[in-house]
Amino acid sequence: MADHVLTPEEIIKNGSIVFEKTKLMTDNELSYCPGCGHGVAHRLTMEVIDELGLEEKTIGVAPVGCSVLAYEFMNVDMQEAAHGRAPALATGIKRVYPDKTVFTYQGDGDLAAIGTAETLHACNRGENITIIFINNGIYGMTGGQMAPTTLPGMKSSTSPYGRDVHMMGYPLKMTELVAMLPGTVYVTRQAVHTPVLVRKAKKAIRKAFELQQENKGTTFVEIVSNCNSGWKMSPEDANKWLDENMLKYYPLGDIKKP
Amino acid sequence: MEEVKLMKGNEAVAEAAIRAGVDAYFGYPITPQSEVIEYLMMERPYQRTGMVVLQAESELAAINMVYGAAACGKKVMTSSSSPGISLKQEGISYMAGAELPCLIVDVVRGGPGLGTIQPSQADYFQMVKGGGHGDYKLIVLAPSTVQEMADFVDLAFELAFKYRNPAVILSDGVIGQMMEKVVLPPQKTRLTDEEVDEKYGSWATTGKKNGRERNIITSLELKSERQEAHNHHLQAKYKEITNKEVRYEAINTEDADYLIVAYGSSARISQKAIQMAAKKGYKVGLIRPITLWPFPTDIINKLADQVKGILSVEMSAGQMVEDVRLAVNGKVKVEHYGRFGGMVHSPDEVLEALENKIIKG
Amino acid sequence: MTEELIIAGFGGQGVLSMGKILAYSGIMEDKEVSWMPSYGPEMRGGTANVSVIISDERISSPVLRDFDTAIILNQQSMDKFEKSVHPGGLLLYDPNGIIHPPTRKDINIYTIEGALEASKLKSPKTFNMIVLGAFLKLKPIVKMENVHKGLLKSLPERHHHMIPMNEEAIKVGQEKVKEVQTV
Repeated sequence: MADHVLTPEEIIKNGSIVFEKTKLMTDNELSYCPGCGHGVAHRLTMEVIDELGLEEKTIGVAPVGCSVLAYEFMNVDMQEAAHGRAPALATGIKRVYPDKTVFTYQGDGDLAAIGTAETLHACNRGENITIIFINNGIYGMTGGQMAPTTLPGMKSSTSPYGRDVHMMGYPLKMTELVAMLPGTVYVTRQAVHTPVLVRKAKKAIRKAFELQQENKGTTFVEIVSNCNSGWKMSPEDANKWLDENMLKYYPLGDIKKP
Repeated sequence: MEEVKLMKGNEAVAEAAIRAGVDAYFGYPITPQSEVIEYLMMERPYQRTGMVVLQAESELAAINMVYGAAACGKKVMTSSSSPGISLKQEGISYMAGAELPCLIVDVVRGGPGLGTIQPSQADYFQMVKGGGHGDYKLIVLAPSTVQEMADFVDLAFELAFKYRNPAVILSDGVIGQMMEKVVLPPQKTRLTDEEVDEKYGSWATTGKKNGRERNIITSLELKSERQEAHNHHLQAKYKEITNKEVRYEAINTEDADYLIVAYGSSARISQKAIQMAAKKGYKVGLIRPITLWPFPTDIINKLADQVKGILSVEMSAGQMVEDVRLAVNGKVKVEHYGRFGGMVHSPDEVLEALENKIIKG
Repeated sequence: MTEELIIAGFGGQGVLSMGKILAYSGIMEDKEVSWMPSYGPEMRGGTANVSVIISDERISSPVLRDFDTAIILNQQSMDKFEKSVHPGGLLLYDPNGIIHPPTRKDINIYTIEGALEASKLKSPKTFNMIVLGAFLKLKPIVKMENVHKGLLKSLPERHHHMIPMNEEAIKVGQEKVKEVQTV
């Protein structure tokens, strides 16, 4: 029996299913590195849209960055934006379809560098959209360059000796910034590298989409994530580093609640 | 109901947009076209027809709002002037790639850089040849009257949706700022969400309803073979537009000995020059391209067999003249004339140039 | 009939609105019209001008170098546009603030004391209508009934109560226009 490979049928016996593939995730193979937080963040977003019954009225906007192909995985109507412009696209969508559910899914380079103006102004107008912001402190897709959120002293391919804040500026806390704007209604920072945090993050995403249904203003969920490839660590070490370093600078919790 | 009014070109575009049943306008103020958004804000079309009007934080945001709303199958437009159009080029290239219909109005001013706020036609290259990256074409309409500023709104949307391609009204500070009599079209009703879904639900992101597959609007295709195939599809579409959609006006060309090619306000100025030339005994015809892309190549090529010389008149250092020369293909002499950098040539100056460069030259 | 004119003066003198009322009056008379302003920041306190064309035929160029009539309301505009009047054409100006009066001998020249008459009417805003009245006396290219309709169309409704005052000013202009020279 040592050579016997279990068939799916043998694995999935009646009553043994503890987790099913998320209905609103496509069958396309995820393009993310093993251990990356994007897959979980995608899944949570799609689970919430499914559970809230929003599948038929949701339009999502994908960014430029690692999640540029988010539309390949999220099984709802999707648009692909130019780098940083997702909140502008979402504004255009929501303004012509005020009754639809609109979200953007953006990384830190997209949202906090090239798209800062679009992000701040969409939040300041109080667009009734949900912004999911993945912060892993680095440009993953282009090969590990410094991001606006890269920590002081942190190495990247464009800060090979560590981020020198006198030369390169300080990490930008966009989430705290947008919380100051009267247009935002719910602003929170979450993480997805432990089961407990995943459950909390899902609650936060759910709350954001629920508030969007009430047209109360912009909802903004930051997810502090890892980038084991860009950080040049094993997935396990990356999660540990995230806990010890990222969360000190980017503390978790709700920053603004309705 | 039709209505006769005295309006600026910029106001006529705005009013025509409301009447054409446009769903949304996103823009950012810039001289000499700020009257477009000012007029819309004053008219409150969101009360008249439900049309959305929003002042964006930048031209970049405005064109991307257009992208988002256009990808929903809605009739969406923006307007700007030259430096603002330079900023919008990113979004325009993405929209051409994603095949999104929309209307972009450019009321051209002098450049380069911040340039001047005075009229110019030096955006020919950036609109007709494509100011953004990649192999793409925009359908470019060039109004020469305030009436055409109004009329071309509906035409632009008709073409944009027919071919799923951005369309442009390429105007200038003269046409935008001047007032003329304009007959406004009757009000069209905006499509309901259900009608949009029915007409454009096959491609637009309207929400994945009734078991249809999800729609994706993107200009990205990482596999080069597929990106090349997409480009072939675009080129085939451009060829069809070139074959079917050329528009121009021919004035006094039947027995002309000389020809002027000019569009927009330069065509108006040249028309006066032609009248003055007739008094001096010169038979001069005018071809006024109404579509700058597709360009009226065939008629110019045909007239090159008949005339002794051609003057291309535009308020630039010579941009459209390149297309005129390509059309003529060396058959006769083609010269350029134009004031630029915000200066507007007078009919007298055009006539002088015609005499010096073509008739005597 | 085609009348090509330029009205030039300071921003704030009502140059553009005078042109607009004239253009609207032309429309009321079923004529073709064009109104082409100078535009931009120079309008605020600086010089402003507008070319107006009223014609029985389709108007070709809205941009002109020379005009049938120049209505000139400050010295800068006199310096710029005196030379732009066709030989035999009309130059109408308000002598208030004009240090160097026109010197051409080949054009018809008239004056209207617009600023003075407006102050007599205790209504400085009627200045442009007084000048318009003077012009229409010299070149009655539109009927007064159509000027009335033009005023109705070009003024927002909240200003319609000022139309009688404006028409009074037009009459004053028609009475007070003075000949300097005719050719």
